[in-house]
Amino acid sequence: MSDEKMTGITRRDFIIKGAVATAGLATASILVPQSFAIGAQAKVKVGILLPYTGTYAKLGTNIRDAMLMRFAEAGNMLGGRPIEFVDIDSEAKPAMAQQLTDKLIKKENVDFLVGPVHSVVGMAMVKTARGDGPITVIPNAGANMLTGSLCAPNIFRTSFSSYQMGYPGGPAMLEDGHKRVVLMYWNYGFGKEVAAGFKESFEAGGGTIVKEIATPFPEVDFQAYLTELAALKPDAVYTFYAGGGAVKYVKDYAAAGLKDSIKLYGAGFLTEGLGAAQGDAAEGVRTILHYADTLDNPENHLFRAAFKKSTGNDADVYAVQGYDAGELILRGMNAVKGDVGARAEMIRAMETAEIASPRGKLRFSKSHNPIHDVYLREVIKGENRVVRVAARDQDDPAEGCSM
Amino acid sequence: MELSFYLVQLLNAVQYGFLLFLVASGLTLLFGIMGIINLAHGSFYMLGSYLAYWLTGVTGNLWLGILLGLPIAMLVGYLVERLAISSLYKRDHLYQVLLTFALILIFNELQQILWGTDVHSVPIPEFLAGSIQLTENQVYPVYRLFISAACIVVAAGMYWVIQKTRLGMMVRAGATNREMVQSLGINVNRLFALVFSFGVALAAFAGMLASPVDSVYPGMGENVLIISFVVVVIGGTGSIKGAFVGAMLIGLVSTFGKVLLPEMASIMVYALMAVILLWRPQGLFGRAG
Repeated sequence: MSDEKMTGITRRDFIIKGAVATAGLATASILVPQSFAIGAQAKVKVGILLPYTGTYAKLGTNIRDAMLMRFAEAGNMLGGRPIEFVDIDSEAKPAMAQQLTDKLIKKENVDFLVGPVHSVVGMAMVKTARGDGPITVIPNAGANMLTGSLCAPNIFRTSFSSYQMGYPGGPAMLEDGHKRVVLMYWNYGFGKEVAAGFKESFEAGGGTIVKEIATPFPEVDFQAYLTELAALKPDAVYTFYAGGGAVKYVKDYAAAGLKDSIKLYGAGFLTEGLGAAQGDAAEGVRTILHYADTLDNPENHLFRAAFKKSTGNDADVYAVQGYDAGELILRGMNAVKGDVGARAEMIRAMETAEIASPRGKLRFSKSHNPIHDVYLREVIKGENRVVRVAARDQDDPAEGCSM
Repeated sequence: MELSFYLVQLLNAVQYGFLLFLVASGLTLLFGIMGIINLAHGSFYMLGSYLAYWLTGVTGNLWLGILLGLPIAMLVGYLVERLAISSLYKRDHLYQVLLTFALILIFNELQQILWGTDVHSVPIPEFLAGSIQLTENQVYPVYRLFISAACIVVAAGMYWVIQKTRLGMMVRAGATNREMVQSLGINVNRLFALVFSFGVALAAFAGMLASPVDSVYPGMGENVLIISFVVVVIGGTGSIKGAFVGAMLIGLVSTFGKVLLPEMASIMVYALMAVILLWRPQGLFGRAG
């Protein structure tokens, strides 16, 4: 629906923009650099494709709000140029992804593309944008492929790959003394990749997967599986669930009385940003993620305070990823002083960026995927507190990427 | 696995069946009995959950929350029927599909404006918060048993009203031949407005009762909608008994499917529906024709 509204506003924009572009082309033909042709004050167009309705609404909103906050801190200027946003609700629906991406790229001619949350939407988006498309920054979607076989010079990710999410979990659980583990996850692309990452490191470290239970996505009736888990009696369970499903899982797990006998672990989404809804049921649950509320670094303290002030909400990992997406675009645009035509130079500045993120130090791999520390966290008094660093400078193998 | 394992799974299955009937009860009334294709069923369920979350937060008590929330849900149902549905009875079913789909979008947007995008939960009332030891390491929450009991009451109540009372007779007659019933001097418009608001309240009631064991989040209605239609279609439209048996069958097939054929878990329920429809196109207890 917001989509409809957009069309009305942007048709006018499109005509004006079209006229400017034509003028630009005309002058460009007499070899004047494009940035001068358009003029230093011409707006930079940032297209945003995030979900603001449905299960992922909260994630999309936090990512956008944090990114806009980063831009606002920089005076709402990118390399000396003001910013124009084209913000579209992806509804996290894969079927609409292609069409909406086309709209941003071909109709709106955006200079930057930010999104999405959902991995399958991400595939459609990256397939369209990679190569000649706008510089694209993925602030959440985790599918390995996005910086693997689909990697491209103009595609960046500030979040994580599913491999990076699952892999550090193995050694962390072994170090906690759990050797016999049940692996339980939502049976869809991202869940399977996270589980595969976990399995690889856990078995390599000498652990045994007692049973792998893939539960239908997005079903949230876990009772039958919890009974099975109780009968299997493993040392612990490693899980991947998110959002409403994660709240239900953690509550059902506690209600089945399993928390004391079988320790509950999971990819960080299991408890991220869900403290109020999970309450006591989440106490003692351990998760692995590249961020924690209580990370003690100055950037995190400043970020959390600023986010709370500007939005009224508590920051979470999604907000951090959005904030860093804003930072990365700023780095690129500042390096070329707003000249989006200097593409190679901008990409170089972005891929070599070293960011002091609220999550800690953030760098990028050859495939433009983050390299960052990953933390083992435990829910104590409703907060995800750091137990220890689970993996330093966790990288991703970027399978299939030839960059 | 030992026998006790299967007994616990049987308990899970029956309990899931009860929950499903409760969740689908509003749709059974509106779609099954009244013949209105109501895609907004999930939205009414969501409305109930959010009302329970909101009012329980305000009053500090789930029962008070439900007591205050039900009239609100009925009012919403009444307004929806008077302002929108009532003008469509004479038209093709496709108009109802379109209209109630629009309602989904409107309710989603309203939910976001009123309650935001966070995931919430509702605490289990104090005196039902306990649990029963099932096996050496698994316990069973008393609240789930309470939901089963509530479902039996709802099912029996619905059956009695629809099958045994004059009101139920008028509703069934009105759904079959509106003009005839009208010409017998019964105000069908008022009757349908009343029953529709009851259907909405029932969907909301299910959302309220389930909220302490579920989570309350944007878009939660969509999961509920599909499975509810499966329940009614398997049971056969026009039959409360059918919906009940359908819900129980789904509970059994879904639970034991997950345990015995885990790879097929996500399609078991739909496979069951396909088989039943091939065998009896009108559903288990539906009237043929």
